[in-house]
Amino acid sequence: MADNLQLLFDAPLLIVQLLLDGILIGAIFAVAAYGMALVWGVMNVINVVQGEYVMLGGFIAFQLTLWDINPFLGVPVAAVILFVLGIAIYYGIIRRVVDKDLFISLLATFGLSILMQQLMNQIWGSQVRTAQSGLSTWFLFDYQVTVSQVKLVAFAGALMIGVLLILFLKRTRLGQAIRATAQNPRAARVLGIDTDRVFAATYGINAALCGAAGAFVVMAYSVHPYTGLPYTVRSFMIVVVAGLGNLPAVILAGLGLGASETMAGFILGVQFQVAFVFCLLVIILVFRNTMLGRKRRYLK
Amino acid sequence: MNGRKQTLLAIVIALVAIALPLVTPDYRAQIALLWVMVLFAMTWDILGGQTGYNSFGNVVFFGIGMYASAVVQRDSGLDYFVALFLGMGLGGLIAVAVAAILGSMVLRMRGHYFAIATLGLGIAAAELAAGWEFIGAGSGMTTPLYPGDPGVQYLFFCYLFFALTAVVFCLLAWLYRTRFGLALNAIRDNEDKAEAMGLRTGLYKTVAWMIAAFFLGLTGGAVGNLLRFVDPRDTAFAGATYGVWMVLMAILGGKGTLWGPVLGAVVFHVTQELLWTHLLGWQRVALGLIIVAIVVFFPQGILGWARERWPERFGHKVEAS
Amino acid sequence: MSAQLVVEQATKRFGGVVANDSISIEVPQGSIVGLIGPNGSGKTTLFNSIVGYHALDSGSIRFEGQEITSLRVPEIARLGLLRTFQQTRIYGKMTCMENMAASDGECGRGIFDLLRPVSAETRENAEALLEFCGLHSKRHLRAGDLSFGQQKLLEFAMALMAKPSMLLLDEPTAGINPTLINGLIERLKRANQDLGITLLVIEHNMRVIMNLAEHIYCLAHGELLAAGSPEDIRNDKRVIDAYLGAH
Repeated sequence: MADNLQLLFDAPLLIVQLLLDGILIGAIFAVAAYGMALVWGVMNVINVVQGEYVMLGGFIAFQLTLWDINPFLGVPVAAVILFVLGIAIYYGIIRRVVDKDLFISLLATFGLSILMQQLMNQIWGSQVRTAQSGLSTWFLFDYQVTVSQVKLVAFAGALMIGVLLILFLKRTRLGQAIRATAQNPRAARVLGIDTDRVFAATYGINAALCGAAGAFVVMAYSVHPYTGLPYTVRSFMIVVVAGLGNLPAVILAGLGLGASETMAGFILGVQFQVAFVFCLLVIILVFRNTMLGRKRRYLK
Repeated sequence: MNGRKQTLLAIVIALVAIALPLVTPDYRAQIALLWVMVLFAMTWDILGGQTGYNSFGNVVFFGIGMYASAVVQRDSGLDYFVALFLGMGLGGLIAVAVAAILGSMVLRMRGHYFAIATLGLGIAAAELAAGWEFIGAGSGMTTPLYPGDPGVQYLFFCYLFFALTAVVFCLLAWLYRTRFGLALNAIRDNEDKAEAMGLRTGLYKTVAWMIAAFFLGLTGGAVGNLLRFVDPRDTAFAGATYGVWMVLMAILGGKGTLWGPVLGAVVFHVTQELLWTHLLGWQRVALGLIIVAIVVFFPQGILGWARERWPERFGHKVEAS
Repeated sequence: MSAQLVVEQATKRFGGVVANDSISIEVPQGSIVGLIGPNGSGKTTLFNSIVGYHALDSGSIRFEGQEITSLRVPEIARLGLLRTFQQTRIYGKMTCMENMAASDGECGRGIFDLLRPVSAETRENAEALLEFCGLHSKRHLRAGDLSFGQQKLLEFAMALMAKPSMLLLDEPTAGINPTLINGLIERLKRANQDLGITLLVIEHNMRVIMNLAEHIYCLAHGELLAAGSPEDIRNDKRVIDAYLGAH
C-alpha cells in the first residue's frame, strides 16, 4: 500500500489517469443510480436487483457480438428488452409488494437478484465477459495517460441518457404523471392518474436505464453473473448522498464515487476494491445517520 | 398452546433429537446441520423478529466465530477438543465485542437503511477476510481432522449443536417472558412511543444483537470443524446463502415468535435436503423463487397464519369482566 | 404550591415561521392546566419542545427545579414527565396487558433490572388501571385491534402505568365518542386527585377544558395571547376573536 502511494507521488500523471478512469465509469454508475432513485421515489421500493439488470444488459450486448452485431446496437436493444422484462416483473411480483412493508419489497427484490445471478450463470457461464467495440485508445502525455475511446463514448452516452430522461419527465404526459405520483401517490390516484400503470412504466424505465448502462459496461469494462450486487450498492450510495430526484447531484455523486473507488482500488490493491465499496456504504450510512441525529440534538 | 403443552413438546423434541442420530447414522451430518439452521433462525429472530430490525449481516458474527476457532486450532498447538472449545469461546466473545461496536453505529438507523447497512457489513467482512493473509486470504483455511472415527465425529457435532440449540431455546423462552422481551417488542411496534415512554431503546437493541452475536460466534466456531473448511465468501461470511437463509427461515416459520424460527428452519432444511441435490446448478434460482414466493404470498409465516386463523388459541380473546 | 414545570421565554422557529415566540408558562404541582388556541397556534410545538423532540432556539424549560432544556425524549420521560400523542401511539401487535407491562415505570432502568419476568404486582397494577379505563374485558386483545377511542384510553392507561409525576395530554378527547367524554373527564380528574399527577392538557373542546382546568393558557400565532382562570378566558375578547378568526 505504501509502495502504491509512493508511486502516485513519483508519477503525478498516474493520478490524472486514475481520476479520468474513475470519472468515466462514474457516469455509468449515475445512470443506474438515477433509475434506482426513480423507483425509490415513485414506488417507495428499494430495488436490490438493480445490479443484475445492469449485468443482464451487458450480457445482451455481449450476445450480439457473438452474432457479429456491433455491440453499440446493444445499448438500445438491451434497453428495450430490459424495459419489457421490467414491466413483466412489475406485474408478476413487484406489484404485490409495492404497498407492503419496505422490508418485504427489499427481500423480494433480493430474491430476484439471487435468482437472476444463477440464471445468467446458466446461460452465459461464469467467465468474465467483455464485448469488443472496435474502437481504439488514445495515448496522451507521451503514452503516460491512456484514454480508451469506448469509455469516452460510454461517458457521453450516459450523459445523453440523463438529458433524455429529464426531457421525458418534464415534457411528456407520462413523465408528468410519474412526477406527480412521486410527490403524492394518493392525491395522484384521486386526480385520476392510473398509479398502477405509472408504477409499471417507472419500473420498466428503471430496468431499461440499467440495461443501457450494462451495455456500456460490457464494452468499456466487463460483466460477470455474480458481480451485480456492487452496482446495486453503488446506486444506493449515490442516491443516499444525492437525494431522490436531483439528477445533477446524482451525476456528481456518481463521478465522485467512480473517482474515489478507482483511487482506492489502486492504493489498497484491486483485491480490496469491492471491500472498499461496501465499507464506504456503511461509512456513508453511519455518517448520514449522525448528521440526522445532530439535527435533533439540542443546540445548547 | 399453553405453557405446559409447550414444555411437553420441547421434551418430546429433545428425546427425538437425542435418539435420531443413533437410529439413523447415515443422516448424522444433515441432522447436525439442521441444528445449525435452527440456531441461525433463532438467533436472527432475537433482533429481526422481536425488535423488527431486519439484519442481513448476522453472518459477520458467524464468520468471526469460524475464523477465531480455526486460528486457535492452527496456532495454539492444543488438543483438538480443548482448542475447539477455546476457539468457540473466543469467537463468541469477539463476536459480542464486534456486535457492541457495530451496533452502536448501525442500530440507530431505521428500517431499510439498517437492512442495507448490514448487507454491506456482511459483504465487506467477506471481502476483507478474502484479502487478509493471516487468515488465508481468498483461499481460506482448513480445520484439523477430528481425532477419531468419522461416524463418531458427526455424532459429536449432532449433540454439540443440539446442546447449543437447547441452551439458546431455553434462554430465549425465558428472555421473551421477561420485561426485556416486552421492551424489544415495544421497539418493534412503535419505537417513537417506546422512547417517549422512557425506554433505553438503543441499549436494548444493542444487547439483543450481542446475545445473537455470542451464540452465532459459538456456532460458527464449531461449524468450521464440521465443514472442515473455512472460505471467506462461501462459508464464513456467506451472505447470499446463510445470511439470507437466516432471514427466510425465521419469516417462513413466523418471525417474532419463539417457535416460529424453529419450525421455519426445520421445514426449510428438510425441503432443501430433499430437493437440493436434484437442483444442481439451479439451487440459487430455486432459492430466489422460494424467497419471492414466501414474501409475496406468505409474509406472515406459518405461525402468523395460524394466529390469524385461530386467535383464541393464542390467547387473544374478550373476557367478560 | 410551587411550580413543577416552568417554561421561560421559549422560542422555536421552523425556517422562517416562528412557531413559538418567547412563551412563558408555569404549571403548579398537582394542578390541571389547560392549553388552548386555534389550529396552528403552536400548542403541539410547545409540547414537543417540553418533552425534548426538538431544540429551542432560545429560552429555558425547568422541571421540578431541574434544567431539562437540553435533555432528550427518553431522559425526560424517565424524570417522570410523560406525554400522550394526538394520533394515538400504542404497541399494535402486543396485547393490552403486554402494552401495560411494557410501560411499567421500571422499563426505563438498566438492563439487569429487566431480566425478570413480569411480576404479579405489575400485573395486578395493570389490571386495575385497565379496569379504571374501562378496558379490562379487552385486556387479552391485540391493542391494534381496538377502536380508535379505546386505543386512546389504552394510551392514557399506559401513561398512568409509568407512574409519571406530570402528564402532557395532546387532545385527549379528539375522536372520542361524545357520550364517553364525560367519563374521560372524570378519569382525568381522578388521576389528578387520587394519583396526584399534574396534568397539562391541550384541548379544542371548550366544554371539556372549562370543566377540567383550573388555569388556562391561550396561544395564537405562536404567541401567548391570554392566561387566567376558565372564567377569565371565557370572557376575554381577544380569545374569542382569535377563535372566530377576527385577527
